[in-house]
Amino acid sequence: MNASALRSRHLLGLEGVTREEISLILDTADTFREIIDRPIKKVPTLRGITVLNLFYEPSTRTRISFELAEKRLSADTVNFAKSGSSVSKGESLKDTVRNIESLKIDMIVIRHSSTGSPFFLTQFVDSNVINAGDGSHEHPTQALLDMLTIRQKYGKLDGLRVVLIGDVKHSRVVRSNIWGLKTMGASVAVCGPSTLLPYEAEKFGVDIYTDLDKALDGADVVNVMRIQLERQQAGLLPSLREYTNLFGMTKERLHHLNDNYTIMHPGPMNRGVEITPEVADSESSVILNQVTNGQAVRMAVLYLLSGKKEERGEEA
Amino acid sequence: MQDITGEILLDSEGMDRAITRISHEILEKNRGADTLVLIGILSRGADLAKRIAGKIKEIENVEVPVGLLDINLYRDDVHSKLDQPIIQKTEILFDIVDRNVILVDDVLFTGRTIRAALDAIVDFGRPRSIQLAVLIDRGHRELPIRPDFIGKNIPTSKDDRVLVRLHERDDNDVVISEKNGLKGGDK
Repeated sequence: MNASALRSRHLLGLEGVTREEISLILDTADTFREIIDRPIKKVPTLRGITVLNLFYEPSTRTRISFELAEKRLSADTVNFAKSGSSVSKGESLKDTVRNIESLKIDMIVIRHSSTGSPFFLTQFVDSNVINAGDGSHEHPTQALLDMLTIRQKYGKLDGLRVVLIGDVKHSRVVRSNIWGLKTMGASVAVCGPSTLLPYEAEKFGVDIYTDLDKALDGADVVNVMRIQLERQQAGLLPSLREYTNLFGMTKERLHHLNDNYTIMHPGPMNRGVEITPEVADSESSVILNQVTNGQAVRMAVLYLLSGKKEERGEEA
Repeated sequence: MQDITGEILLDSEGMDRAITRISHEILEKNRGADTLVLIGILSRGADLAKRIAGKIKEIENVEVPVGLLDINLYRDDVHSKLDQPIIQKTEILFDIVDRNVILVDDVLFTGRTIRAALDAIVDFGRPRSIQLAVLIDRGHRELPIRPDFIGKNIPTSKDDRVLVRLHERDDNDVVISEKNGLKGGDK
């Protein structure tokens, strides 16, 4: 049985979000897919609600996806990008948000390089806060859209084997996927170079591999993470070429997977590094589906949180 | 399941006769079924729309397309409730442009649901007309909306609850009125 509502008035991460709540978000997103295909791709549900998109980090997909989701629900949107703002004059996050919020904002979508900044906002704003990626902590809507995409193909998440490949240590997408997939009953494995596995990774309760072929054995879904080139400087990878040889998703490795396997990537892709073009563009790839589903998932989250004034029930 | 207490307004046979009559009236007014599409408001209006389509098939041997509409995204009280209503899937898989749309619902009360449905329908295109068919008209309109086809007119007090049960999702076909059923409660 689904929950009839979310308990929290914010979406900060998937850690602690229940199976019933995730199902409610995914079911609602499923119904919103239909709106995107209409001749008039808009419903009046969030009329009068103003959403602030607060992006302190670069983003293509997530920012456009959130903005379109807001517009499809008839919300008014304000966009903030770090460059060109008064942040360069030294204004703090708290002051920035307090000032913008006094222009009467109802919901805030935030992307920030510091872990915990969405939670920090909830301490002093009245708006509903949605995390669009904070540091290496969580990126809940990305994991939700990944789960929606998997569920559309297999009709379930329960019992599927999902392998997440790449920079497990820094990836917020991996983290949110682990929480969400485990809650939904999937079996999760992570695979990456040992320098990119977090300390005490075993506490996630997932299978950990440094050998990709072993990790892929018997898997249904492979979710390939972007290798973050900006972290190259840190000396965690000997070379990109070595990474590609050991952890690149190539056609030759596909035979390890179960029949009816699925290839995913949250984007942006480094073609030829973590995934070869022929795998990325193959029939089993659902990468563009993920993007469309992202819009529906974000509409669902905006809809379910909008107007929520108080917390419900006990917080985990 | 709610327990059934109250006055039975329409039994299974009565409901079937009402739906048959509505179907005939729709065909008469629109001179046949060729221009028709049916759109039922989820959940029970959708069930009724399918039944009307079945009757029209029996009478004229024409398959009238049936669409399902969830109106919750068009409600005027979305932000005044604590929790958002759960959305069901809208399925209108045909073109409504220049068609005579028969909008179907189980009970017509304040008219607010129909107002939302009208807004939703015009987002799918510009129909030639929209006509309203309801199984029960219980009065107490808060908007200038009137039905074109009525199964049964029932004078009620504003606090009465009118329950429509259909065998598609309940265990039988019956309409019941519960005195003061809405007092201090929902809706």
